[in-house]
Amino acid sequence: MSAVADVALAGCLLVGAFAALSAGLGLLTLPDLLTRMHAATKPQAVGVVLILIAVGIRHPTVDVITTLVLIALLQLTTVPVAAHLVGRSAYRTGQVRSDLLYTDELRDALDRGAPPEDLD
Amino acid sequence: MDRSRLTVRVGGRVARLPIVAWLALVWVLVWDRITLANAIYGFVLGLALLLAFPFPAVDPGVRLRPAGLVRFGARFALDLARSVLPLAWQAVGSNRPGRANSVIAVTLRTRSDAVFVLTAVALSAVPGTLVLDLRRATGTLFLHALGVSDDATADLARRQVLDLEARVVRAIGTRADLRALTGEENP
Repeated sequence: MSAVADVALAGCLLVGAFAALSAGLGLLTLPDLLTRMHAATKPQAVGVVLILIAVGIRHPTVDVITTLVLIALLQLTTVPVAAHLVGRSAYRTGQVRSDLLYTDELRDALDRGAPPEDLD
Repeated sequence: MDRSRLTVRVGGRVARLPIVAWLALVWVLVWDRITLANAIYGFVLGLALLLAFPFPAVDPGVRLRPAGLVRFGARFALDLARSVLPLAWQAVGSNRPGRANSVIAVTLRTRSDAVFVLTAVALSAVPGTLVLDLRRATGTLFLHALGVSDDATADLARRQVLDLEARVVRAIGTRADLRALTGEENP
């Protein structure tokens, strides 16, 4: 394997591991559920994608890369959905610390009454 | 193009062939071997799946624009990469008191479900925003935005979301969506 590929691989692995580590640290240190959800979604997704890229550099064959692309695609499309559901249910069960919020336009909207179709 | 030709009807149920083809492709990729048998099996499975669990209709006006898609994809990757550092920095102990966050409402201009959904998904890559809730009837997204502690940063966050929506519309939007964009830019 060429030196360039080696360096790129090592870079992807290190930055990916760092992103995953910061996601873990964020889960521990951030003050409330919503900010923790940020840490659990973004750096985590970046970390996974970078490590998949590193695997792709190490094994550049069609069957490996197609599987990696599929993993990345599913990861990037399902993580936001899961985060949305966690955030939504946390909000609606009162797990959100309103003292950390400057404005809360969702509270205002819910107080005005939400159309029933969106509450299912 | 006559879209009804791209469907299979069994009884009262409809399966759209492009979606069947996508499922067949996923099947082949999962098996790691591109063979005719795999493709046929994937196609049959995809068809059965879509007939058993009918897929809601996607907007008829949605069309893929390659240039817009490339621009959207590039910016998505960039946003994703940039979203790591601020969070890492915040995680390592910068919970400064007084740095508040906000839940802001952003009403999108689009009327198409596909653009709405892709915008909401792509927002997960934008640094500092998380979709909390959405209201389809009015096209409103409710976002948890990090570091939005005054009206100016709230406006900035709203502007970012609307810019993202514009990129999504240029990638997959309907003609009506595009008109809504250009109408706003040149009143």
